[in-house]
Amino acid sequence: MSANSQGGNFPLTRHSIVSAAQSPDPSSRARAIETIAAAYWKPIYKYVRMKWNIDTEDAADFTQEFFTRLLEKEFLDSYDSSKGRLRTFLRTCADRLYMKQMRDSTRVKRGSGSLHLSLDFQEAEQELAASASAQSPEDLFDKEWIRSLFAQAMQRLRADCESRGKMAAFHLFSRYDLDEADSKPSYAQLADEFRLSATDVTNYLSFARKEFRRCVLEQLREMTATDEEFRREARSLLGMEIE
Amino acid sequence: MTQLSDQAVARLQSCMQEPDLAGTRYALVRYLARGGMGSVWLAEDTMLQRRVALKVLDLVPPTDDFARRLLQEARILAGLEHPGIVPIHDVGTLPDGRAFYCMKYVEGKTLTHHVTGTGLADKLRLLERIAEPVSFAHARGVIHRDLKPENIMIGAFGEVLVMDWGLAKIAAGVPPPAENNTDAPMVTAPGVSGQGKVLGTHGYMSPEQARGAAAVDHRSDIFSMGAILWYLMTGSPPGNPPGADTSVPRPLGAVSQKAMAPDPDERYQSAAEMIADVARYLEGSPVRAYSESPFERAIRIYKRHSTAIILVAVYLLMRLLFLLLARR
Repeated sequence: MSANSQGGNFPLTRHSIVSAAQSPDPSSRARAIETIAAAYWKPIYKYVRMKWNIDTEDAADFTQEFFTRLLEKEFLDSYDSSKGRLRTFLRTCADRLYMKQMRDSTRVKRGSGSLHLSLDFQEAEQELAASASAQSPEDLFDKEWIRSLFAQAMQRLRADCESRGKMAAFHLFSRYDLDEADSKPSYAQLADEFRLSATDVTNYLSFARKEFRRCVLEQLREMTATDEEFRREARSLLGMEIE
Repeated sequence: MTQLSDQAVARLQSCMQEPDLAGTRYALVRYLARGGMGSVWLAEDTMLQRRVALKVLDLVPPTDDFARRLLQEARILAGLEHPGIVPIHDVGTLPDGRAFYCMKYVEGKTLTHHVTGTGLADKLRLLERIAEPVSFAHARGVIHRDLKPENIMIGAFGEVLVMDWGLAKIAAGVPPPAENNTDAPMVTAPGVSGQGKVLGTHGYMSPEQARGAAAVDHRSDIFSMGAILWYLMTGSPPGNPPGADTSVPRPLGAVSQKAMAPDPDERYQSAAEMIADVARYLEGSPVRAYSESPFERAIRIYKRHSTAIILVAVYLLMRLLFLLLARR
């Protein structure tokens, strides 16, 4: 074998946040819902903004209300991972809640529920304005879910690199893979810019990418209820679904 | 939270998909294709300074069994040294944990690109050349199980290669190349959904394979060869059951139908036997799969010996004219 052997591809033993969100223990339930909200609030917010064409304030209220209902066990207790993906389930729940609110005229204003999340709706609004509009609300939701997952993985990667004294790897990765420029810088350019040798650039980037992949898969593992759902979502995320 | 633009998301997504070749002898060039359990990438072998193709397992395969199957495929390929089977150079695990194998990079096009603009005789000769590596594999107890136009590559110099042996299995009674047996079905294949079931590609897969029968043997590949012959003649895979097409010469239609008989015992019993019938058609002889009428036989004989028949006819006509002129 010419290449290195590193064992398994992805974590298999992380506890699913979905199970915790269905737990009878209120504190672990609240923590789990906050984690789910961190991953899904932007997809939900942008989805209802686009699908139901509601204004920013109503969409923000709706998003807060949605996660309050999630905490109050109205939605998640009926989630069965064998019947579908969590993200599809949550999107359907959002549709149902919105239609229920329209039918009953019971739109709840922000702060009336037992959960209040500190969410930057202005940032979400800016992102929505910048994103391509020629897509369906469902496609937008899926795309936002991926964006949210990657953003959380980046946060996790940053924290990991900080704790391990590998911030140079993180900065190189951000510069090479996240830069807005149309073309990527060459390794030689990066070596000049960061005052590193070309070999160090290769090694740092390889390290950061490997860690990023791990962070994404860990994040995804936490957000899925079963191994099968994890694999399905991962393959969908990586564009490997064979339909 | 980190704000990510659409462009950044796309880059991160490709970062997730691209195999990590750091520290290996390979340098990534570009993506080539997707298979049932992984993707194929063009890479540069920096040691030998040549281009190679890397088949890399997905970062998250549908099941853990896929790494074993990729290794099994590599070992099967390594045991099949034939000009019509792509040679394998290396096998291993990448730094990101993905199993891979390295094979010759074949520049060319799949059989699907050779349907239009190629004459029937040339298509039949292509089929003969497809049968050579298939027969070779059968002789070594290997059944391909996913023969279809997309898995046949025609190289830049006309070489014919049978690709993607990911569904291949060792026939019963033949020692496998490793401790793992390949009898256990199977893997997901393009065009078919599901997991852990017997799969191939609809239209080219034998009925017994579609049923998930354990006793699938080399005659399943004969079925696929019949379907490929049908595809070459009509440009589309056969229906179920195979329909009629007036553009298809009847003897060749019969060859295809015999190869695709639902009962394996009624098919050709080997690829060589099937190709012998195709060769008979090419040389103008009667094929064994078809009973021709006297009229069809006359037409065939005329086509096969048209020059001689015309010469004899002209000769006889002239003799007749001489006789008539002599009597006057």
